[in-house]
Amino acid sequence: MTRWMRHRLFLPVVSLVALILVNAIARPRFVQITVRDGELYGALIDILRNSAPLMLVALGMTVVIATRGIDLSVGAVMAVSGAVALTIIDGSSDPGNVGTVLVAIVVSVLVALVLGAWNGFLVAVLEIQPIIATLVLMLAGRGVALLITDGFITTVTSPPLKYVASGHLLGLPFALFISVAAIALIALMERRTALGVLTEAVGINPEASRLTGVRSRGIILGAYVVSGTFAGVAGVIYSSNIMAADANAAGELIELYAILAVVLGGTSLTGGKFSIAGTVIGVLIIQTLQSTILFLGVSSAESPVFFAFVVILVVLIQSPRVYQVARRMTGGRRHHPAPEVTTGVEVTS
Amino acid sequence: MEDPLVQLTGATVYFGADAALDGVDFRLFPGEVHSLIGENGAGKSTLIKALTGALPLSAGRIELDGRQVRFSSPREAQLAGIRAVYQEIDLLPNLSVAENIALGSESHRWGVIDWARMRDRAREVLRDLGLDIDPASLLGQHSVAVQQLIAIARAISTDVRVLVLDEPTSSLDQGECAELFRVIRDLRERGVAVVFISHFLDQVYEVCDRVTVLRDGKLVGEYLTRELLRIDLVQAMLGRSVEDLRTRSRLRVAEEGAEPFLCARSVSVGTGIREADVDLVEGEVLGVAGLLGSGRTELARAITGIDRLDAGIIRIQGGTDAIDGPRSAISLGVVYSSENRRTEGIIGDLSVAENITLAVQAERGIVRRIAPARQRELALSWMEALDIRPRDPDRPAGTLSGGNQQKVLLARLLALAPRLIVLDEPTRGIDVGAKVEVQNLVSELADNGLSVMFISAELEEVLRVGTRVAIVQGGRIVDTVSCDELTPAELTALVAQPGEPT
Amino acid sequence: MSQSTMAIGRRERVSEHARTFVSRHASMMPTFAALLIFVLLLIGAQIHFGEFVTPRTLSALLLDNAYLVILAVGMTMVIVTGGIDLSVGSVMAFTGISCAALLDAGYPAVLVVPGIVVAGGLIGLLVGVLVQYFDVQPFIASLAGLFLGRGLAFVVSLKSIRVEDDAVLWLQTTRYRFGDWYITPTGILALVVALLGAFVMQYTRFGRTIYAVGGNEQSARLMGLAVARTKVLVYVISGLCGGLAGLVLTAYSGAGYPRNGIGTELDVIAAVVIGGTLLTGGTGYILGSVIGVLVYGTIKTVISYMGAEQSWTRIIVGLMLLSFIVVQRVIVVRAERRR
Repeated sequence: MTRWMRHRLFLPVVSLVALILVNAIARPRFVQITVRDGELYGALIDILRNSAPLMLVALGMTVVIATRGIDLSVGAVMAVSGAVALTIIDGSSDPGNVGTVLVAIVVSVLVALVLGAWNGFLVAVLEIQPIIATLVLMLAGRGVALLITDGFITTVTSPPLKYVASGHLLGLPFALFISVAAIALIALMERRTALGVLTEAVGINPEASRLTGVRSRGIILGAYVVSGTFAGVAGVIYSSNIMAADANAAGELIELYAILAVVLGGTSLTGGKFSIAGTVIGVLIIQTLQSTILFLGVSSAESPVFFAFVVILVVLIQSPRVYQVARRMTGGRRHHPAPEVTTGVEVTS
Repeated sequence: MEDPLVQLTGATVYFGADAALDGVDFRLFPGEVHSLIGENGAGKSTLIKALTGALPLSAGRIELDGRQVRFSSPREAQLAGIRAVYQEIDLLPNLSVAENIALGSESHRWGVIDWARMRDRAREVLRDLGLDIDPASLLGQHSVAVQQLIAIARAISTDVRVLVLDEPTSSLDQGECAELFRVIRDLRERGVAVVFISHFLDQVYEVCDRVTVLRDGKLVGEYLTRELLRIDLVQAMLGRSVEDLRTRSRLRVAEEGAEPFLCARSVSVGTGIREADVDLVEGEVLGVAGLLGSGRTELARAITGIDRLDAGIIRIQGGTDAIDGPRSAISLGVVYSSENRRTEGIIGDLSVAENITLAVQAERGIVRRIAPARQRELALSWMEALDIRPRDPDRPAGTLSGGNQQKVLLARLLALAPRLIVLDEPTRGIDVGAKVEVQNLVSELADNGLSVMFISAELEEVLRVGTRVAIVQGGRIVDTVSCDELTPAELTALVAQPGEPT
Repeated sequence: MSQSTMAIGRRERVSEHARTFVSRHASMMPTFAALLIFVLLLIGAQIHFGEFVTPRTLSALLLDNAYLVILAVGMTMVIVTGGIDLSVGSVMAFTGISCAALLDAGYPAVLVVPGIVVAGGLIGLLVGVLVQYFDVQPFIASLAGLFLGRGLAFVVSLKSIRVEDDAVLWLQTTRYRFGDWYITPTGILALVVALLGAFVMQYTRFGRTIYAVGGNEQSARLMGLAVARTKVLVYVISGLCGGLAGLVLTAYSGAGYPRNGIGTELDVIAAVVIGGTLLTGGTGYILGSVIGVLVYGTIKTVISYMGAEQSWTRIIVGLMLLSFIVVQRVIVVRAERRR
């Protein structure tokens, strides 16, 4: 039992389950799934579908954070990739053609990849602090997106593009398949190769890793490329959802929600050990929370207040000081000061 | 005799289950210079940390002026007049020299800092130490030696009653040492009790009235310096007679004219190391001795590809492959173990197994992952071979003791099957038992044909494990001498005397 | 050093002075660079437009960017301690809309103005306490502040609220004229805050502790400086600045709007960095940040003069930020190599 509780996914999972339970009790319709024309509908399905952009961005963010970095530019990259995709589709003679849409998607994702590589170059090669390096693109990116769309919100009518966010495959939302594919891809890349452990090594102790012969530059660069690429895909999904490229609203604040999702999933912002499953749960918590807030009749504009309290709650739960106080109140034993020795071993006894 | 100013009785400090300090008595009289002697890991640092409030005592008590005191922070000890200057300089590089001396007790009028007076006061204190530098200049612009003196200036600029100097001379040349000793004698005249810790026994004999010897966390004894022969001091410190230490037969000695494994010519990196020539044959242990900041670490980093060379060439076995980074060095069989175990060595949150196999994994690349089962197996065999405890490969490496962390790092490098291993202060901050094991391991490796470069601030240790010793001063290798021809005292003299012919 | 009283040539004495100056003020170099860029920008614009460096434009520069100057003061203090405050934009939005709403509800300005400034300070206090006492990273703690401020702004009102209060409008409409130059009370407020901030940073123990914490927190603590109090206080000050900026922005636009200041935290951080403050902490000057804001404002003005898309502002600021950090990086690397 205690062993379970000490698992680092314990709290995230419990929070998610609790959130779903509260919703299910408050409005039983929340857990209902209806079948219409062989396609599944319901609040839970909506959560899975709507979470796709955040899921992609948060997965990329996880890898970046594992290297001790942060990618603030993801929202701007989403805006750019959406702008590129929509501008290509808008400019083509046949916006409804599947080929056109595929070309648009591939080009926009490639652009996002290049933007990610640019971030990676600044961080890994020029060794600029990640916050600042990605701040450059965060500032400039939306400007670039506005230039691409000439300052307008480009709208298109293109069924194949609409399918990306709203279509169904095998009865499930197509966007969910994108999420699952991204999760599987990241999990394979990180955990079936040595990339995961080398990434963690770089994140925990970059200098020691370099001295040991780890190609830290390549690993850091790669992390930003992944983050940029995934943000690009997220940008396509976002613009498919609203069938428009909105350089200002696309991915607004998504970098903050993505970071929140990663932290909720138990990955520390200081880099190192990371959990892909944790991030997935973190994203679902945020999406469920958003759905809950909407249900409560709070305007979505006010929802940041809730997230403020979520952030505070999460950091307090993770804070060592709160842990100490709690231990003192529950009468935990004192022991010798041991800077290099972890405590907590005695909990099992 | 008058009453002691400070008295520690039965001082005990536990780290986890191990006692770093075990029932030690220590007294300090006003107006004396008292040295604390012991090898790395003997408990010196722990004792002074307890004395200065940086560590709480697990058992025992501290008395100041005959009254029991308890310091829960360095700040409290400072208010009681106990100040410490550590080898790792804890000043602020981004502030001016004057602020570094005065901040916390700076002159101000109505809450407004009086910069002019602050600078004047700083200039005065610095002049006392024989330093003529601009108090308004930024601290970070000065050399390690000057920063060390500024740290001392800070300590003596207030009403100090007990001054602890932990390796204050490790970066100072002889002239600077002389100034420091003059100041120490001044302080003694003023009734200050000075605790002086140094690797250099000569200096201990030069300024100290009394020594307390520690070994393995326990008190060996307290002696008057003038009544204690140097040879007896060394024996008390090591717990063995000096002859015992000389018994290791060096199976391989550099053969004249043998093709060196490594041949470095005119290696320069910035001003850290200049025009260094190094030859190392197979099976040789080359000791490197020098002051802190002399370039001993820079030499190691240059040879192992950590820092990019500004000039010079390094040839491995006469080959032409250039070392242009840690990776290429590793591929040529040259590996480096940093003096900063925590920041440049161990990956604390990763498991011991992951730490041990990290270098091998890095060499194999990302795709060819070592399977977890194989990783454990490999790690366990190394843990067995080097006796790493506890024998749990899944434990985070950061939770191991210093000595075991060091062994994990050695295992990581040895798993690469290197030809030359460069060890920078491998015995710093580890207990005596582990230290002897590391020394023996080095000898064993050399006997098996590995070349070793061994850097240590403990000159005794350098002579004990080395075949030859390279002496580094001011960024240059000034001499390379056979270890059999030197006593520690002679080596100390060589290391700390710039410009003097040998 | 020789004690000889040899006559030193005039030129040598000048170079001696120069060397002393450099060794004392090496950390100011990026700020001088920002000043140089500001001057070059003005000269370039003057040459290009013929009519740019006029009292009117320059007066307007301060007027238009007064709120940014105030935010930059608090942000500089936070960044010098090695922290960051993402909450300033939304704190400004929250206090701004609260100001408008409270005035609209009939409360007197003498109560409303101190009230909203204190409200900003309270959000800052929350962030500071999270950072200092619960070991939360500044990025995350101030993120909570960002969400909180933005959400509260929308709770107060979803729409913009016009301000009719004379006292608040006076801040903006009053123009003290000196020939063609003019300054508004908001401009004076911004300058006073900046000068006060600069004085505190340079001449008080609190200010020096800010630098000390940014240099090495552990050492600062060992020196007996009040590290904990200082770290909390810088966030409180940043919050107070956010509150003040909310007032100034409300006066400036004549209305409160809950969507104000989205992304402003980034503009402020960019201005502070361009002004020569290192994000790693320990180095930076408030007057440098003011110059950074002026550079930012000038670029905005130039772009509107050119009639180009305002989106260019952020692209150019982004590029400028990039070149600054690359230059800073080069300086740091060279300094490390010289060791």
